[in-house]
Amino acid sequence: MSLYSVQKVLFRLNNDAAERKRFAMDRDAVLGEYPLTSEERRALAEADVGRLHLMGAHPLLLAPFAGRSGLKWPDYLAALQRARDAPHR
Amino acid sequence: MPLIFAAAAVHAPGITGRPQNATERQRAAFFPAYQRLRERLESARLDALVMVSAEHFTNFFMDNMPAFCFGLAEGYPGPSEDEPFLKIPKTIVPGAARLARALAAAVSEDVDIAHSEELVLDHGFMVPLHLLAPEMRVPIVPIVVNCLAAPRPALKRCYALGRALRRAIDARPERVGLLACGGLSHWPAVPESGKINVGWDRAFLEDFLAHRRDALTRYSEEEIERNAGPGGHEIRAWIVVSAATEGAQGETLCFEPIPAYAITGAIATMAI
Repeated sequence: MSLYSVQKVLFRLNNDAAERKRFAMDRDAVLGEYPLTSEERRALAEADVGRLHLMGAHPLLLAPFAGRSGLKWPDYLAALQRARDAPHR
Repeated sequence: MPLIFAAAAVHAPGITGRPQNATERQRAAFFPAYQRLRERLESARLDALVMVSAEHFTNFFMDNMPAFCFGLAEGYPGPSEDEPFLKIPKTIVPGAARLARALAAAVSEDVDIAHSEELVLDHGFMVPLHLLAPEMRVPIVPIVVNCLAAPRPALKRCYALGRALRRAIDARPERVGLLACGGLSHWPAVPESGKINVGWDRAFLEDFLAHRRDALTRYSEEEIERNAGPGGHEIRAWIVVSAATEGAQGETLCFEPIPAYAITGAIATMAI
């Protein structure tokens, strides 16, 4: 579990256009630069905001990331709620 | 000149980004009140406005998170958010750099602060500015408070910052105003978004208006989180202003819960 790194990736993608471009071109390369578990890497690569929410990623990091990943606001909130309600939690 | 204007107002992105989502009655209570605050700000003929707002992962991260950061720049780009989100055009807000430097130095006698010449302004600053000074001509001194990542500055330290700011401002020749931006209870960007603890907001506002230091600073972090939500930590900005205006008569211009904006539309001034 490396919540700090998960959040750092989100922060950099939210605030740095060049980093976003790099991420769009080669996700694995960008994510490979951070000490992440395979589950964390997968959640970030797939923009699985529900998973990232359960991991503890701050909502103010998640919401802009979700928006840029093409998720509409109601769908973003629903994804968080679904993750909370999931039985495997 | 001593401090000649002080106020506090909410800064939720929905206020400018999605105003139509509030009911007509809510809008009729809220926007004219913000307009009245604008008129008071304009009649104060300020040389500069000191603005206290919250960090939202716009400038800082947990690699280096200041408790309080003063902007010392000649100008600040903002808003950091995309234009369709806030409906506020990107601009450069002028900075009162000389005043900022003097205030930072004077405040440092009492409270340890960080400073930056590269602050970017997010909705926290830009929503109030858009409603109060839309031409963006009033030079500002932005102060970013960590209301985000624990450990946050203790509420008592926010109160101390307010007192120190007042002493610093009163020693200056400029006509200076002070504005807290943010709060009160809210649950931003989570499924609870839109929930408002109206009773909590009202009690806090009363303590704010009456400068009740012990009441304003009594909350534990857990209490704020539970009763006022993760956004409730932004009361720090209001505490700074209440402390800076001890003895002044407070007045509520608006107290209107607006779930569509995820906040109580709270706007208050201090008659200094």
